[in-house]
Amino acid sequence: MMDHLMALGWILIKILAITIPLILAVAFLTLAERRVIGAMQVRIGPNRVGPWGLFQPFADVIKLLMKEVILPAKSNRFLFVLAPMLTLIPALVAWAVIPFEEGMVLAQIDAGLLYVLALTSVGVYGVIIAGWASNSKYAFLGAMRSAAQIVSYEIAMGFALVGVLVAAGSLNLTEIVLGQQGGIWNWYFIPLFPLFIIYFISGVAETNRAPFDVAEGESEIVAGFHVEYSGAAFALFFLGEYANMILISLLAALMFMGGWLSPLEAVPGIEGTFLAAPSIVWLLLKTMFFLFLFLWFRATFPRYRYDQIMRLGWKVFIPITIVWILVVALFVVKQWLWWAP
Amino acid sequence: MEQLIPQIVFYTFSLAMVLSAIAVITVRNPVYAALFLILAFVTCACIWMLLEAEFLAITLVLVYVGAVMVLFLFVVMMLDINMDLVQQRFARYLPVSLLVAVIMLIEMLMVVAAKNFTVELFPMPAPHPLGYSNTEALGELLYTKYLFAFEVAAVILVVAIIAAITLTLRKRPNTRHQDPSKQVQVKKEDRLRVVKVETDTEYGKHT
Repeated sequence: MMDHLMALGWILIKILAITIPLILAVAFLTLAERRVIGAMQVRIGPNRVGPWGLFQPFADVIKLLMKEVILPAKSNRFLFVLAPMLTLIPALVAWAVIPFEEGMVLAQIDAGLLYVLALTSVGVYGVIIAGWASNSKYAFLGAMRSAAQIVSYEIAMGFALVGVLVAAGSLNLTEIVLGQQGGIWNWYFIPLFPLFIIYFISGVAETNRAPFDVAEGESEIVAGFHVEYSGAAFALFFLGEYANMILISLLAALMFMGGWLSPLEAVPGIEGTFLAAPSIVWLLLKTMFFLFLFLWFRATFPRYRYDQIMRLGWKVFIPITIVWILVVALFVVKQWLWWAP
Repeated sequence: MEQLIPQIVFYTFSLAMVLSAIAVITVRNPVYAALFLILAFVTCACIWMLLEAEFLAITLVLVYVGAVMVLFLFVVMMLDINMDLVQQRFARYLPVSLLVAVIMLIEMLMVVAAKNFTVELFPMPAPHPLGYSNTEALGELLYTKYLFAFEVAAVILVVAIIAAITLTLRKRPNTRHQDPSKQVQVKKEDRLRVVKVETDTEYGKHT
């Protein structure tokens, strides 16, 4: 009995050790987004609250929590309150299988890649249910757009992951990273380059971020699915969206950019030093790079039109991924690999 | 203790699954019905997980919850279903539906009869060793022993996809529509012409 409780307590501590830094990362990502986009648009961005504006996220959170949560009179109360939770929970649960370093993982499961894919696809229910339960035309339009978009891009994303799985020969995220050992030219972004690009673009689409944010579409449908939300419920949607962004970036780093492996691993002269050693710092640096791309995209690209999004997903990405899976499979079968399978 | 926890988990999820499955066919609101169906799928995946079938469990969530039910909800939410009309038709279709239901019940009873599911026939499966990969075992069976059945299923699915597309594809000749593939390939030179206009002003000639 005691053993079980001990094990349970240990798991709870590990969960907190993942979620608390994650939520802090989300808080500072919102600040980073405003500062980075500000710099790109030759503005300053928030710099008043605390040194360099560092306390701005906390001010925002306190403001949101103090606000009234408005339940629209004709909405479906139960589903309206449930929807933000359904966005946030899958975004947090997916982190259970993410390895941060060799052995540093909450649940070492064999089908880790599938698990992540399944949970990121479940996240769409929060958006759909929010749109329907709000009983508002704008919210409903946003939900419909989001549903169609996520279903379309999930296929391309799944196929990109199939390419990784063929190259690595495993669905376990730790083994996928360990398969990329031996220097930067062994990282999967080289043999799987088209899949890498498609994975990341589909990731941007799956998280409903600009330029794929037609589900929000301020200029046409006000704020899309969360137009009726306010206060804490609105904050939960944001938390889910940003947690998903970090997840997609981290996964891109794990699957295509060698995870916690050092890019200087095989550079002569520095073997044995901290520069060549695998460490969580490399993983976080790579994740930050991808997060920066998310922000950069938002500052750069105008929003896609809905039919262009559908065309890109179905007519461009899916054919490319199918062809490239065949190419990778051929490489693996014929043993034409410079990377170790 | 070792036995108790899995049993508690099993009965909790089975109860949730049976109740949500009943709710699917009893609730009035079709959106609720779809949501209960999702709940049934998820709880079913949890039960499969208890059986150490983690690949199938995750695939169930990925395919049915993540894709099929999203499209289902998509359609159901758009419908404006008049429940009174549905109830009026209930009596009219009752004889046919009863016949179908009875046939299906007999078929199911033949398969799920108590004599096919005795404890002797299904002993407690031995837990797999730690390094056992469910995914690999399934893949090996699927691509060796059941390869033919697998390929037949694939062909049937492709035929179904093509049939569904041809059924819904209608070409209306006189409608105007945009072609995004052509639109995105437009270059600046196709649309924009920079013209130098000589202007005369009262202050002199500008070029």
